Formats: sequence, structure tokens, C-alpha cells
Amino acid sequence: MELDTVLMSRLLTAMTLGFHIIFATLGVGIPLLISIAEFIGIKKKDPHYRMLARRWARGFVISVAVGVVTGTAIGLQLSLVWPNFMQVAGNVISLPLFMEVFAFFFEAIFLGIYLYTWDRFKNQYIHWLFSLPIIIGGGFSAVFITMVNAFMNTPEGFAVEDGAFTAVNPLAAMLNPATPTKVFHVLSSAYLTCAAILAAITAFMILKKKTSDYYKKALKLTLTLTFIFAVVTAIAGDSSAKFLAEHQPEKLAAAEWHFETEEGADLILFGWLNDAHEAIGEIRIPNFLSFLAYGDFNAEVTGLEEVPEEEWPPLWVHYMFDLMVSIGFLLPAIALLYFFLSKLKKRNEHNKGMLSLIVLSGPLAMLGIEFGWIYAEEGRQPWIIRGYMTVEEAATSSPHIGLMFFLFLALYIVLGTLSIVTLRKIFKDNPAEEELEKQYPSVKKGDES
Amino acid sequence: MMSYEIIGITVLWIFLYGYLIVASVDFGAGFFAYYAKVTKQDHIINQLISRYLSPVWEVTNVFFVFFFVGIVGFFPDSAYYYGSALLVPGSIAIILLAIRGSFYAFENYGSKQSIVYTFLYGATGLLIPASLSVALTLSEGGFIVEKNGVVSLQYQELFTSPLSWSVVGLSIVSVLFISAVFLTFYASRAKDYPALNLVRKFALFWSTPSIIAALTTFIFLSQHNERHYQNMLDLWWMFGLSVAFFMAATWLLYLGKNYGLAFISVMLQYFFAFFGYGIGHYPYILDPFIRIYDGATHPSMGIALVAAFIGGLLLLIPSLILLIKLFLFDAEYVKGKK
Repeated sequence: MELDTVLMSRLLTAMTLGFHIIFATLGVGIPLLISIAEFIGIKKKDPHYRMLARRWARGFVISVAVGVVTGTAIGLQLSLVWPNFMQVAGNVISLPLFMEVFAFFFEAIFLGIYLYTWDRFKNQYIHWLFSLPIIIGGGFSAVFITMVNAFMNTPEGFAVEDGAFTAVNPLAAMLNPATPTKVFHVLSSAYLTCAAILAAITAFMILKKKTSDYYKKALKLTLTLTFIFAVVTAIAGDSSAKFLAEHQPEKLAAAEWHFETEEGADLILFGWLNDAHEAIGEIRIPNFLSFLAYGDFNAEVTGLEEVPEEEWPPLWVHYMFDLMVSIGFLLPAIALLYFFLSKLKKRNEHNKGMLSLIVLSGPLAMLGIEFGWIYAEEGRQPWIIRGYMTVEEAATSSPHIGLMFFLFLALYIVLGTLSIVTLRKIFKDNPAEEELEKQYPSVKKGDES
Repeated sequence: MMSYEIIGITVLWIFLYGYLIVASVDFGAGFFAYYAKVTKQDHIINQLISRYLSPVWEVTNVFFVFFFVGIVGFFPDSAYYYGSALLVPGSIAIILLAIRGSFYAFENYGSKQSIVYTFLYGATGLLIPASLSVALTLSEGGFIVEKNGVVSLQYQELFTSPLSWSVVGLSIVSVLFISAVFLTFYASRAKDYPALNLVRKFALFWSTPSIIAALTTFIFLSQHNERHYQNMLDLWWMFGLSVAFFMAATWLLYLGKNYGLAFISVMLQYFFAFFGYGIGHYPYILDPFIRIYDGATHPSMGIALVAAFIGGLLLLIPSLILLIKLFLFDAEYVKGKK
């Protein structure tokens, strides 16, 4: 029974977060893309880009609404499902949690203003300026909440006396060793994912209705951004690996099935494990793990053997890690292929195959976020605060947690379905061509090519 | 020099009060919108309601998040006791809030108008205050038991307690009253006279139950928690002021003028009642488990949180003023011309 409530607590939190991060990622990244599109639109006096910003913003509202309510859910669930954790850790990490709410507040205020003042100011840059606090607010709420998570991985900023946390230093807790790489990686991958998703939607529209200038510009913009953010994310991922090697070696070792501490460690891609903990059917890149971890092909990488076996993370996180990394390399490759085709005179970069690949890259990017997040969270099992408190000690003792799991499952199914239905409806009933004509009569409707 | 514990609980109480006002307007408006639709009066007021709510509904939510993140930060023990005891009512409140927030967006930004969405939006508007007010009832003590390190909620006691039902009743009628008065004020600014007539009727209608519910809650509280009741009697002048502002508000509504002043009076009515209630609760946050001084977080964290408060408010207040200016006090917007 004891174990059941812990398992249900974990499942409930995993489900809520897994659902929330879809919308949270959109919430962080899409405002930046909207803002860029609007800025280009004003600067170039090109109504296509401004319409792009407008339409993205309209869809964005739906995802924000679901993001806000699921974010509220996870905020409350922290205390409801993990009361023992919050009682102890609340002393050390409530500052970033609190600042996150401020950032969210700031974002909420300006989102309201931005959405309802499209044509209210003579100077178009004034409206554009209101997008900046949304980007800042969304970005900073990601930064602060990531700090909380970073603390759980590498707790600092306190001393322990008789099982209680004392000598609390809130700033040291916020700026713990995991913070810089985590924040960098979370932000860059959110921007990457949003660019990829908007590119995918554009490609999907072109597949369905033939292309027009509006869609061409949208595709070029989103793919350019996908490529840029993918490169930045790769750098962030690399620095995360180097951080893990130094501060959380068991997480990296579990991801790489690296059991013995050795120099010149190999990188293992996919495959499976036999009973003797040997990888079979894997792709092995000699010495590459050492390079990934320390930038040196012969460096010594700590293996799982250094950690007591009951403190090992589950070994299946290897697949999560590999899937995340593979997607991370696939996304910029797809964008590059598109630009390569568009440079070739004889080739049509809007062919079916290319467009289908781009359509695929959107869901893949979101899957990458989920895989990476599962890897990061499962990789610190069995700890909730690494080295101090296990997940079992932290969970609620309430017998009702199982029932709550199913209630929330039903809620997320309803919310997920309705957001898709609503989003489809918004755009189906109001095609871009018609809206362009209505809003900017000077633009010709049939500028297809 | 006030201690950081007192600053903390004061600011949190102010935010909870802020939530009480803005959420009441929002929750009540949802209910009135549904009621108007059923009684085929929606063409009169629903425009008005959505013009106000659309830019601000997200902000309403933040007041609430602010409060519960803040109280856990300042008083981590509250996460343990309230968190353990409130799993079920808290989860239900989350689900209602989730349905409400997202359905608002689905209804207003999606292109389909649906009576089911409006119904859910209206119904949750009344159920949420009811489920949230459970936390206030719990704070009076007697409903939470700690045995062998397991905290649990005594459902039977809770559901058979006249106090808990009177708190629920009070929260619901207050929501309807506050909201109706605000909408009256908003309609008068919009010079939308048909809407004004309708919501003014609502406001006058709900004024009586709201004061009766307040009185019965007071009486049941005296039976449940003698200490709290005595403390509140010592603060008799605050409750006196509250009643005086209530009478001023209903008088203005009845006369049919100065609706802005009427709404301010209602805000002050609830301000004094809410703070009288809160101060009377001192020194307990959760009777008898959490007291303000020994349940508070470490001083370094407390001070950091207060600093974050100040920094945050410096950022928020100008932004909120801008929001209000653009959507509440911009006559052209209120009239629907922008």
C-alpha cells in the first residue's frame, strides 16, 4: 500500500508535467517568434509578416490558456502530492518559485494588453513593444522554475542539522551548479521546438492548399530560426553533458550504460542490455563519451560502479537520451536540406517529400522535449533532492491519490482534445487568404506561385 | 520594525483579498453570463462581460497562484498540513479552475458558441469559491488530525459542520454580490443602460443574502472556535465599518447613482470584514498546528522573499495600472469602440 501511493504520486506528477510542458514550451517560445514576425512586418512594411504574427498570436491564446491552468495544477500539486518535500525544501527554494509567479504575472498582464491592442496605436512599434515583456516574462518563468529543478539535482545553499535544513542561503540555492546549463538548454530547446512546430504547420498548409507568398515567407522564416536555435541547442546540450560528467556522473553513466570507470570511454547508441549488463546490438563510437564529457578523447569517465546499486537511476533512460540527441541532430538537418534544395535551380524545395519531412519535424521536436525531460527526471531517481531525500520519503500518505490520478487523466484528455478541436476550428473557419484581404485590401489575394 | 513573518502574512493576506475581489468579479460574471443566456437576456449583458473579462482573466488566476506559492514559501509547514489534508478538495478545485480557464478560451477565442461551455463556465464559477473556502474552514481547527505522522482530513466532521456550510454559503453569495456591483459600475461607465438595469437588479437582489450569510457565519464561528470569536469581538469596530460600508453601497445602488463609489464601498466592506477575520485568527495559520512565528521559514529566506515582494511589486504595479487604464478606464474601449 505504501509503495502504491508513492507510485501513484509519481505517475500523477509525471502526467501533469508531461502534459504541462507541451504548453509551457509553446508559452516560452512562441512569443519570440510572434515578435520577430511582427518586427519584420513593420520594418519591411510587409503585411504578410504582420498577418503571420496575428494568426500565430490567435492560436497562441488557446495554448496559453491550457498552459496557465495546467501550470496552476502543477503548482498546487507540488504541495498536495509532495507535502513532505515542500515542507523541507520550501525553506530553500521558495524564492525562485515565488519569482516565477512574478514573471508569470508580468507576462499575463502584457499578454492581455498585446492581444487587445492590435490596431490601437498609430505608431506600430508601440504595439510591437508590448511583445517584449511577454517574451521576458515567459523566458524568466522558465528560468526560475528551472532553477528549482536544478536545485533538486544539485542541492546547495543550506546545511543539514538533525535532518532539518539550516543556514539557508536562497541565492546559493538558486545559483546551484546545475542552473546555468539547465537554463541554457531549456530555453534554447523551447525556442527550437516552437520554430519547428510553426514550420511544420506552415508546411502542412502548403501541402494541403498549394503555396502562396504568405506561406513561403512563413516557411523560410521558421526554418531559418529552426536551424539557428538547433545549433544553439546543440551547444547547450554539449555543455549539459560536461556538467553531468562533473557533478552528476551517475546520470550520464546511466544514459550511456557506462558501468566501469575508464579512460577513453565509448559512446553507445541504442542497442539493448543483457543480464550481465553488457550492451548488445549497439552502435559504438570509440572514445567519444570521453570527448563528450570532457572535450578530450582520453579523459576518464566515472562509471556506475562507483555508485551503490540501490542508488542507480533506471537504465532505460539510455533510450530517452539517445532519442533526444537523435532528434536534436535531425531537426537542423531537415532545415539544411530545405535550404540546399532552394539553392538548386532545378529542384523544387516545396516538393511533397521535403514538406512531409518538415511536417514531421514539429511533433519530433516536441517528442524531443518530452524525452529529454523524462531523461533528466528519471536520471536522478531514486532522489527527489539528490543525496538528501528520496522520492518515497517525500510523497503524500493519502490513500486517495489513485483516484486523483484518474480524475486528472480524464481532465487532460478533455483539455487536449478540445484544444486541438478549437485550434483547428479557428484556422479552418478563417483562412489566411481571406483574412489578409480583409485586413490589408492592398494585398492581392491570388498571389500564388 | 515589523518582523518578516508579519510582513509576509500581511502581504499574503492582501493578495488573498485581491483575489477575493477580482475572482469574485470573474466567477460571478461567468454565472450571470450563463443565467442571462438561459433567460434569453444574453444580448443585453454578455458583450459587456466579455469585453471586460477577455484581457484580464489570466491576471485573476495569478493572484491565486501568488497566494499559495507565497504561503508555502513563508510557512513551509502549511505545505505539509494543508497539502496532506487538502489532496482531494484541492485537486477538485484545480480541476474546476482548469475547466473554467480553458473553456473560457475555447468559448471566446474559438469560433463556436456553445451552451455547454457557458454552463460549465458559469457552474464552476460558483463551485470554485465553495471548494476553495474549505481551506478557510480548515484553518479554524478541529477538522485535521495527525496520527503517527499521517495527516488526514475528517470528512465526516467537515460535512456535518454548520460552520463549513455557512462559509460555503457566504462565499457563493459574496461572489454574486461583488460581481453584480462591479458589473453595474462597468455598465454605467459604458453607458450601456439596458445592461445597467439588469445587473443593478442582480446587485440589489444579492445584497440581502450576503449580509445574512455573513451574520450566520459569525454565529457558527463563535460555537466552533471561541478564541477566534473573542479576538474578532475585540475588533468590533472593523466589522462595524464593514456593515456601514455595506449599507452605503446598497443605498447608492438603490438610489441608482454613483456606482463607482458603490463598488468602492463594497470593496471596503469586504476589506474590513476580511482583515478583521484575518487579524482575529492571529497567531495561528492553522489552529493548532501552525503558528505565525514558529511555523515560519528561515530568516534569510524570509528576508529574501520580502525583497522579492518589493522588487516584484515595483514591476507589477505600473503594469497593472497600464492594464487598468487601457481596458477599464478607457471610456472608448469600455463602450466597445476600440
